Amino acid sequence: MCFFKIILKSNSVIRALLCSCIILLAGCGQQQNPQEKPSGVSRTPTTAKKIVVWHWMTDREDTFQELARQYEELTGVKVIFELYAPSDTYSQKVRAAAQAQTLPDIYGLLADKRDFASFIKAGHVANLTSKMSENNGEWQASFFERALMVNEFSQGNEYGVEPGIYGVPLDVMNIQMLYNKKLLAKAGIDPTKPPSTWEEFIEAGKKLKEVGVQGLASGWGEIWMIDCFASNYAFNIMGEEKVLATIRGEVPYTDLDWVAVFSVFKQLAQEGLLADGIVTMINKTAEQNFANERAAFAFNGSWCVNVYEGMNPDLEYGAMLPPRISRNFPMMIWGGAGTSFMVNDRSVYRDDAVAFLKWLTQPAQQAYLAKQTNNLPANKNSLSQIPPILSDFAKRMDQTTHPNTWPVQEFPIVNERMNKGIQLIIIGEKTPEELSREIQELKERELAKQKQ
Amino acid sequence: MKIKWTTIKANLENLSFALPAIIIFAIFYIYPFLKVFQLSVCNWNGIDAFSFSQYYTGLVNFKEILVDKIWWQSMWHAAYITLIALTFQNVLALLLAMACDREMKARNYYRVIFFIPPILSEVVVGLIWQWIYDGNYGLLNHLLQTMGWDQLIHSWLSDPKTALTCVAIVHCWKGFGWGFIILLAGMQTIPRQLYEAAKVDGASSWYAFWHVTVPMMIPVFVLVSILTVLGTMQVFILIYTMTGGGPGYHTEVPVTRILASMTASSRFGYACAQGILFGLVLLILSFTQKKLSERLKQE
Repeated sequence: MCFFKIILKSNSVIRALLCSCIILLAGCGQQQNPQEKPSGVSRTPTTAKKIVVWHWMTDREDTFQELARQYEELTGVKVIFELYAPSDTYSQKVRAAAQAQTLPDIYGLLADKRDFASFIKAGHVANLTSKMSENNGEWQASFFERALMVNEFSQGNEYGVEPGIYGVPLDVMNIQMLYNKKLLAKAGIDPTKPPSTWEEFIEAGKKLKEVGVQGLASGWGEIWMIDCFASNYAFNIMGEEKVLATIRGEVPYTDLDWVAVFSVFKQLAQEGLLADGIVTMINKTAEQNFANERAAFAFNGSWCVNVYEGMNPDLEYGAMLPPRISRNFPMMIWGGAGTSFMVNDRSVYRDDAVAFLKWLTQPAQQAYLAKQTNNLPANKNSLSQIPPILSDFAKRMDQTTHPNTWPVQEFPIVNERMNKGIQLIIIGEKTPEELSREIQELKERELAKQKQ
Repeated sequence: MKIKWTTIKANLENLSFALPAIIIFAIFYIYPFLKVFQLSVCNWNGIDAFSFSQYYTGLVNFKEILVDKIWWQSMWHAAYITLIALTFQNVLALLLAMACDREMKARNYYRVIFFIPPILSEVVVGLIWQWIYDGNYGLLNHLLQTMGWDQLIHSWLSDPKTALTCVAIVHCWKGFGWGFIILLAGMQTIPRQLYEAAKVDGASSWYAFWHVTVPMMIPVFVLVSILTVLGTMQVFILIYTMTGGGPGYHTEVPVTRILASMTASSRFGYACAQGILFGLVLLILSFTQKKLSERLKQE
């Protein structure tokens, strides 16, 4: 007691403590300037509604700002788009904000289904099923089915998430092969009939080599693109059921079909069909190579239309499915929702956020977005106004699949080892058989850990 | 012993002024530091609500690191780059510092020029050098072709035999400026009379360097080598922009592995354990260097 009395009696001590507290409060407090962009949802509702949206899409920033302006004019609700790029930095920011519970009202999520489920279970994502079902499911029906699948969790899903729709697709995409018409013609290949089988593709590669043109350029330094290419051929060689059975642990990676999938890369490398340095090539460099007519083929997503338009408006190219190896199963390509926005379940403006997303995905706004950014709209009712090359991509939407729509997910560490291993196959350091064994060992270890 | 209340008052007053700094230090330094230790014994994905009792796994993460071949391979890569930096980079820095320490024309300009690489953005440097090394249209291959050395042309960053060395060279180019500035500053503190006395005694330039410069510069050499080791072992941005750790795992370094565990595999606990082990290695290296330098000084 005496100790406290001393403190209380001492004016200078109290003054000093007060000063300390004020400095601390000032330092730790958030600057509240109404003119500045607010972040996160730790705000109290004010008279002027402000919805904050986080995204990473530099190419769409101006269009988003314009749409936000239109929405404010229409409804009086201010929408603030905050851009954080590049995508991996954005992804880290979203994860950090989730941990600190400072996510904005609306945000895009760059994560696999497992992490998406974790976000939902942690209360960071609102279930939009009831909103989608209003008016006989009018909003839900306006989207491509594949676009919604990425954001959907079905009954009895392996993640233990309550069934429902948890995201609003903004656009759709798919990843295909592109071919340069002029370069194919130069090599004596009919540009109206690009190779559709593996044999034709290998033959085309030889002809291109003879005229000094590189074959396939793709950003395989970014391992997810290798994953995508490998997955296409896995579906074509063994079919969806067997791929999923492998992920469930029922079929080993040492199965001959998987060895055949890895051998695709070995053959591509041996036949000289791959652009030099493809294993460390980032997608931007690959896009430059194709746009500047240094490579005859590219493996890229539908977003490339916008990129190539900016790099070389005179580029004459078309889109095609990766040449099939097997006739037993269809060639499935990655696709579905390109970008989706999630509504923060803790947002004080949750309903307003949903209303904004509903407006953003109406045909007029979707057509405007597609026109400005050359992306495929998620709303199928706005397809009539898109350019022909985008139509080529849109035609294949029925043949799309995506890991996030599969009922099971591979362990990320297994995926990483597989894709890095494929890089090693391309540079001739590993054989397909060695990689198969290595992945299987890792898979068994992870399965054992999961059982524990 | 009776404690005077005026002493307590004075101490409290002093403490209260330091309190904001202490609290800030505790929140932003001590708490995260301890949190890393806590997470390292958990199997947490970084997204779910954290509960220690639910995710506690003991020393499993540490045991796994010990047998993680890719982790140790990445350690070796960092050590390799460090070795190159300690030798070539620092020798170059020393030679340039010695040159600029002399009375010569435009030496201030040289100082500025040599210090430009360290102040450039590492991302920009990485991307520019990636273009220089590019296998198809890179400047290096173009130069080799111009000089008629076609047999040397290849994809420098995609070839596992050259990728790591190429990155190490860029790291040295980017980093020698720091060593240069520190060594130059050290040399300028050596009294000129020592050199004059050595000259009067008939000492050659080499003899003066070996018996005057080197002994006087030992603390500076130690500082530069510690900074080089700490900086190089943690190399990340250059790797990230130039190769992304590829081809395969050939240019992976500990920091890229930690990031991969944290973001690509969502294994926060494992990443924290990797961070702790890596920090420990750096601590041991710095401590050893310091002890060696003390022994060297005594000799």
